[in-house]
Amino acid sequence: MKYRLGIDVGGTNTDAVIIDEKLNVLCQTKTPTTGDVHTGIMKAVRTVLEEGKVDRRDITMAMLGTTQCTNAIVERRGLVPVAVLRIGAPATAGIQPMTDWAEDLKRIVYASTIVAGGYEYDGKELAPLDEAACLAFFESVKGHVESIAISGVFSTLRDEQEKRARELARQVLGDDVHISLSSEIGSMGLIERENATILNAALDRVARTFTEGFERSLREEGLENVSLYLSQNDGTLMDIEEARRHPVLTIACGPTNSIRGASYLSKVSNAIVVDVGGTTTDVGALQNGFPRESGVAVTIGGVRTNFRMPDVISIGLGGGSIVRQKPDGSVTVGPDSVGYRITDEALVFGGSTLTATDIAVRLGMARIGDPAKVAKLDEGLARKAMERIVDMVEEAIDSMKLSASDVTVILAGGGSIIVPASLKGAKEVIVPSHSDCANAIGSAISKVSGNYEKLVSYDEIDRDKALKLATNEAVLAAMKAGAKVDSVEVVEMEDVPLQYYPGNMVRIRIKVAGDLA
Amino acid sequence: MRKISKAEINDIALGASLLGAGGGGDPYIGRLIALDAIEECGPVTLLSPDEVPDDAFIVPIAMMGTPTVLCEKAINGGEYKALAEMVESYFKKKIFAFMPIEAGGVNSMLPFAAAARLGLPLVDCDGMGRAFPELQMVTFTIGGMSATPMALTDEKGNSCIFNTITNKWTEELARAVTMACGGSVSVSLYTMTGAQMKKYAVRDIVTRSERLGKALRLIKEAGQEDTEAKFLEITEGFKLFKGKIVDVKREVRGAFNFGTVVLEGIAECKGRSAYVEFQNENLSAVVDGKIVATVPDLICLVDSGTYTPVPTDALKYGKRVLVVGLKCFERWRTDEGLKLVGPRYFGIETDYIPIEERCKA
Repeated sequence: MKYRLGIDVGGTNTDAVIIDEKLNVLCQTKTPTTGDVHTGIMKAVRTVLEEGKVDRRDITMAMLGTTQCTNAIVERRGLVPVAVLRIGAPATAGIQPMTDWAEDLKRIVYASTIVAGGYEYDGKELAPLDEAACLAFFESVKGHVESIAISGVFSTLRDEQEKRARELARQVLGDDVHISLSSEIGSMGLIERENATILNAALDRVARTFTEGFERSLREEGLENVSLYLSQNDGTLMDIEEARRHPVLTIACGPTNSIRGASYLSKVSNAIVVDVGGTTTDVGALQNGFPRESGVAVTIGGVRTNFRMPDVISIGLGGGSIVRQKPDGSVTVGPDSVGYRITDEALVFGGSTLTATDIAVRLGMARIGDPAKVAKLDEGLARKAMERIVDMVEEAIDSMKLSASDVTVILAGGGSIIVPASLKGAKEVIVPSHSDCANAIGSAISKVSGNYEKLVSYDEIDRDKALKLATNEAVLAAMKAGAKVDSVEVVEMEDVPLQYYPGNMVRIRIKVAGDLA
Repeated sequence: MRKISKAEINDIALGASLLGAGGGGDPYIGRLIALDAIEECGPVTLLSPDEVPDDAFIVPIAMMGTPTVLCEKAINGGEYKALAEMVESYFKKKIFAFMPIEAGGVNSMLPFAAAARLGLPLVDCDGMGRAFPELQMVTFTIGGMSATPMALTDEKGNSCIFNTITNKWTEELARAVTMACGGSVSVSLYTMTGAQMKKYAVRDIVTRSERLGKALRLIKEAGQEDTEAKFLEITEGFKLFKGKIVDVKREVRGAFNFGTVVLEGIAECKGRSAYVEFQNENLSAVVDGKIVATVPDLICLVDSGTYTPVPTDALKYGKRVLVVGLKCFERWRTDEGLKLVGPRYFGIETDYIPIEERCKA
C-alpha cells in the first residue's frame, strides 16, 4: 500500500493527514501554527506519522498548502532585490513598473527598465526586441541582484521575446540568478502580470528556503521515497521544482483546499460548503468539484495581481463566537470570538465566557468539555442564540446559491458542531467524517492542472473548433505537469467577447485538471 | 481652479467606475496612466467651466479601441504631445485646455495624463455625464458640433487627422485605423470653443465623480451598518433591485457587446426576478416584467456587499449585486437628447420616463 501525506497551514492551525492510495483517510492531526511556519508543519507531520503507524518508506507523495509566501510579502521579510525588465516600448512607457505599489515594497526593486519589443493582439511584432538594451541593462545590475523579472506585451500570446531576453540575462549574469518570465505566471493584463512576476522573483530565497527545508525535514523523518507537491491558488498541485520557480502561485490556496477537501470527503461535486472555524465561517460554492471563482483580483500586500480567489463569503460566526443577551432580551452571537483561547474561556471548559460552543452543548447537539457546566444555562436563551446562528448560516448559504432550488450543504471545520443538521434551503446537510481537517485533505487529494489562454476571432475560426484546439493545448500542459491522460477533464471554459472590437474577437480561457500519474 | 494630485485621482477613478454604468472599461489602467503622468510632471489644474474664456480653444481627449488591449499595451506617453501639435497646426490655434469626453471608465482618466504631460489645465466637464457606446452620443451633437476633424495617434507614432462627411463615417474609418494600429489609440475629437463648451457640456462632472468615489471609499473603510442606505443617499441613487446573477447571455454584433443579465432576488427582493439589458453599457432594467429604468438614466450594478461597481464584461454567474439607477444629465431628457440616446434608439420599445417618476409609480 502506498500513502499520501497532506498538510495545510492556516492562520490558526496547521493540519496534517495521511491517506491511502484509494484516498481513504487513515489519521489526522491539528497543531497550532507557529511563527516560523516550519516548526508547526514538522510537529504536525511527526504527530500524524506516529499515529498512522505506516512504513515511512511507503509514503510516496506529500502535498503542502502553505502561507509562507503570503507572509513574506505582507511582512516584507526575506525578499531579495529584483531587477525588472519590461519588453514593450514604444507601448507601455506611460506606466512605469510598480506605479501604485507601497513605497516600502517598491524598495525590493533595485532597477527597472522598459526596452523595445512586444507583440500586438494578433501576434504580430509590435517592435523587434532591443537586444543591445537588454544586455546593457543586465550588465548594469550585475553584482547587485540575484533575481530578474521579465515581462512583455502580449507575452501570453507569444513568449519568444521573453525567452530570448532570458537567454541574454543568462549570458551576462550566469546560471545562478533566478529569472521569472511573466508568460509563465499570469494571464492577460500586463501590469497585474508584471506585478505577480516581480513578487515571484522577490520570493526566490524564501521559496528555496522553505522547499529545501520541507524536503530535508521529510527525509530526516525517514520519508525516503516521497515526491513533494505544493498547492496552488487554483486548487491544483505543482511539483517542488515548479514551486521553486513559481512560488507566488502558492498564495491564497487555503480556502480552495478546504472546499475541495469537503467535496472529496462527502463525494459530492456540486454543493455549498460551510467551513466553520473558531472565529469565522467561510461559505463557498463547489462547482464540478472545484470552488467557484470570484471576479475580484487578488491583492497581495497591497499589490494587484491577476490571480483569482474562490468566491467565498466570510461571516463573523465560529465555535468561539461570544454570545450576549441585550437588556431588551434579544441575543447576539459574535462577531467577536475567544478564538484559540476557547479551551480556557468557554463555559464547558471551565471558563467564564458564554460561546457558541456552549450553546451547542447545552442544547445537546454536541458533547465537548463538561456538559454539567452549562446544564443550568437558561434554555430560552440558548434557543434564541441557536436561532440567531441558524439565521446567519442560512442567509450566507442563500446568498451563495445559484437558484432558488434547495442545494446540498457540506459542513466542515472544527466549529461545525454549532450548526444543526437541518437548514432552510438545504435538501441535505452532510457532515463527513474527518471534515475538521478538510483543508489538509483537500491538499492531499488535489489534481494537477493545465491552462491555456488565447485571443481568437470567431469570424476566422468556428467556435467549436477554436475551443477544441484550445482544450488540446491545455491538456498537453496538464500532462506535462504529471497528469494521467485519461483522467484529464475540463474544469473551466470561458470565452468572453472583447468589448469595442469588431471581427467577433473573443478571449478563450481553458483550465483542465487530472489525477497525478 | 484647484489642483488634482494622486489622492484625488484615486477617488475620481472609483467614481468613474460607477458612472460607467457597466461600460467604459476598467478605470484601473487609466488610473495608473494618470498617476504616472502626475508623478512625472506634477499635479493637474482643474478649471471650472466658468473660468474658461469664450474664445478659448478646448480639446477633448479619449482612447479608442478595446480596453483589453489597452490593459496590455497601455500608452507610450508621447501620444498627447503628438495630438496637441497636430491639432494646433491644423486649426492654427493654441490649445487652452483639455477636457474629458466621457465621465465613465478609462476615458475619464486619460485626459488627466494629457493635461499633466503638457502642463495644460483640464476643464471640469464632459460630453456624456456617464459612458455611452457610440461616438455621436455626446451633448455636443445636440449643439450641432461634429466629431471631426478628429486626430488619432498610436503608441508607435503613426498619426492622422480625419475629415469625414458624417459621424458614421468617422466611426467606420477610425475603427479601421484603430485595428490596423493594434487595437488601441489616442484621439482628440469634438474640438470646440469655450462658449460652446459652457453651453453644451455636462458641468462639474469630475467633481461629482470625485465625490462619488470618496463616498464609495469611505463606505468601504467604515464598514458600518446601514451602508446600503448611506450608499443610496450619497449617490442620490434609486434602489431598483437586489439579486444574484443566475444567467448572462452575451452576443457580439458589430463592434458591440450585447447581452442580458438575469437576476433572482435575494434578501428583501427574495422571490422576485429582474433582468438588465446591455450594449457595452446597461440599457434597461426590468423587475417582475415591468420596466423600472432605461437609458439615458444610468443603471449601475454594484456588489451587494462592497458596493464596488460591476462592469458588463465582469458579470458572472452567482455574483450578488444591487441594481441602482441614477438620474442622467438634464439635457439628455430633451427631445433632441432622447433621439440620440433614448430607449428607442437602442431598440427598446418604450417611451422614456425619468427614473424618479418610474420609481414613484
